[in-house]
Amino acid sequence: MDLSFTPEQSAFRDEVRAWLRTAMPAHIREKAAIDAHFEHDEIMEWHRILHRKGWVAPHWPAEWGGPGLDVARRFILTEELELAGAPALSPFGLSMVGPLLMQFGTEAQKKRFLPKILAGEEVWCQGYSEPNAGSDLASLKLRAEPDGNGSYVLNGQKTWTTYAQHADWIFVLTRTDPNAKKQAGISFFLADMKTPGITVRPTLTIGGTPAFCDTFFENAVVPAENLVGPLNGGWTLAKALLGHERTGIAAVGLSTRAIRRVKRIAATTLERGRPLLEHPGFRARIARLEIELTALKMANYRAIVSAQEGHAPGPESSILKIRGSEILQQCFVLAMEVMGHDSLSWFNEAGVIPGLEQWVASSFNYTRATTIYGGSNEIQRNVIAKLILNLPSA
Amino acid sequence: MDFDLSPDQKLLESTAAAFIRKESPVTRMRALREDSVGWTPEFWKKMADLGWLGLAFPESAGGFGGSFVDVALVIEQLGAGLVPEPFIPSLLAGTAILRAGSPAQHERFLPSLIAGDTSLAFAYAERGSRFDPTWVESTATREGSDYVLRGEKVFVENGQAADAIVVSARTSGGPGDADGISLFVLERGAPGLRVTPVKTMDGRRAAMIGLDGVRVSEASRLGPEGGAAGVLDEIVDLGAAAACAEGVGVMRTVLQMTVDYLRTREQFGVKIGTFQALQHRAVDMFVRTELARSTSIMASIRVADPDPVERRTAISAAKVELAIAGRFVTQQAIQLHGGIGITDEHDVGLYFKRMHVLNVVFGDEEHHLARFSAQPSFTRGIETTAS
Repeated sequence: MDLSFTPEQSAFRDEVRAWLRTAMPAHIREKAAIDAHFEHDEIMEWHRILHRKGWVAPHWPAEWGGPGLDVARRFILTEELELAGAPALSPFGLSMVGPLLMQFGTEAQKKRFLPKILAGEEVWCQGYSEPNAGSDLASLKLRAEPDGNGSYVLNGQKTWTTYAQHADWIFVLTRTDPNAKKQAGISFFLADMKTPGITVRPTLTIGGTPAFCDTFFENAVVPAENLVGPLNGGWTLAKALLGHERTGIAAVGLSTRAIRRVKRIAATTLERGRPLLEHPGFRARIARLEIELTALKMANYRAIVSAQEGHAPGPESSILKIRGSEILQQCFVLAMEVMGHDSLSWFNEAGVIPGLEQWVASSFNYTRATTIYGGSNEIQRNVIAKLILNLPSA
Repeated sequence: MDFDLSPDQKLLESTAAAFIRKESPVTRMRALREDSVGWTPEFWKKMADLGWLGLAFPESAGGFGGSFVDVALVIEQLGAGLVPEPFIPSLLAGTAILRAGSPAQHERFLPSLIAGDTSLAFAYAERGSRFDPTWVESTATREGSDYVLRGEKVFVENGQAADAIVVSARTSGGPGDADGISLFVLERGAPGLRVTPVKTMDGRRAAMIGLDGVRVSEASRLGPEGGAAGVLDEIVDLGAAAACAEGVGVMRTVLQMTVDYLRTREQFGVKIGTFQALQHRAVDMFVRTELARSTSIMASIRVADPDPVERRTAISAAKVELAIAGRFVTQQAIQLHGGIGITDEHDVGLYFKRMHVLNVVFGDEEHHLARFSAQPSFTRGIETTAS
């Protein structure tokens, strides 16, 4: 057993760090320094910078413009980007529909969509969830019916379509056979967001930023060539998509950065004239969280090495999701506690509180989502109960 | 990075697991709860015959030159079977002799330990020291070419039966000073060595060791006078890493025991394992066990790290994670067993109690949290993240 990275992996980490020191434009760097919310245009600007460097899709094969990085270097790149506070790219094109098209798409679909996803010329969103469906993806109602002219007509509603307001395309799960068993009558379609009949209503999150949307389909006509995989065979695709790109799921870099932030705030926040970071109680709580993150990081390393050796992702992805999301939440809970009264101010609008880490409050609120999205932690626990512990179903 | 066991390591692990299942079922440990020694020379000899007692020692000292990762594999299985033989105390005392002792001392103590003819104990904790190995109030005063030791050591595992005990005592300075601590190896029956056996809460035996003017020659001192703090720190960390490995064995066993129970026990006409509330508890036990296993692996590797900051950070993190996970997993195991889990006749309580001991020895959660956050690595980098 060995805990060290290979010289090649360490050299790659150095290369990423060196590049990051100069790659971010000043206005993005300033926001990164305080972990401020990035606007869509800034995220896409960063997408194009990463694209020029060849690192925008580290998990894509060279055939489609990826850099051909192995699992370990992909992890290193992700971790360094997170540690630097770089804008998080939208995963829907790069990590979800892109790899899915490589696996299940026609040649025409691949050629039409993949280059534009890579270049950031077309932005995607995900049409999976529906009102009242929650984590039960197969209970969807959005209908796709043939119109007799070789196209399909979509009617219904999707919800939690993150960043749909910025998207050019959406991939949707639709019901194409209402009489089939739940999972058997589902098809996977790609739809242009400019299609007449598709409308989007953004929803403000408790983090104070618009992220989610409701997306409505009223007689929206989608050509048959936008069907991916077989008709009524969409459930296989839906499941495959959920399995893509899981090595970054623990968000170790984000939590590492968040804990550093907690320490930094605690180093400048005084109580009875002494920095909170010197108060044994606070210090111990920060240390405990950092140790929990250390354990997650080691588990993540083990999962990466296992994937590197070609093993299929096993229970570890559910472990990483459960603990990664919980720890990220705890980081911001602790940050808010350290901030005390300052945590009560919302966005520090007039700048009245000097030096306030204003985005902590937003993240504290928004990160409640981490244990819900991507398959709620309760669903992850069901997966482990069934697959690993082999506990009986009800 | 590489987390795979080598073929030799896999063989060692599976052999140990199979041997302990067959030769030391928990019923053996139960029976030994009533024994004044708490373990048997016969089983100790078998462990030696399997090569386990020599695993940690280099071939030059008569051992098999294993790494601590190898040793930890055996310890994990000892934890899984609640084997009461004094493997860890002998490992620690033997390692102290190996690191600090002279060739004559090696020859005197190591071959007989490796052969399973003797066992050892390691006495560093005192009533006022809690887990700080530098807080030594016991004294070793020079009288001619001899030393006279006075003081008291607490909770010395295997102190009741050891053929020799490695003790720390102060030859100069005061409690808390790193300088001035010396190690001595005291043989069983030395005049003034007062051994008071205690029953421990997990059904084992330990001893309070009184140093009532124990007179020993210079030949009993391990290493240079007053210069033992470094070795002592390493040995205590070795103990912590060993406790982590044993604790992982404990957790894996109670998890399996609990899952088996959930699969078979019926209530309200169904297997209780169908209840989602109970499933999720079991899953969290699994998650915690896996995380503690991850940090235990880290500790096994880092325990030999030449950089003390790297070593302390990793060991303290692993010991804290062990405490969090160990407490949760064993408590939940009892809860999910219901009333039967509270009875002495059920094994789950034995594991629960062993886990508590492992969480305390070589530094509890508070101690290691404080040590972790006192390392220079804890605040490194926080000034620069803003720019």
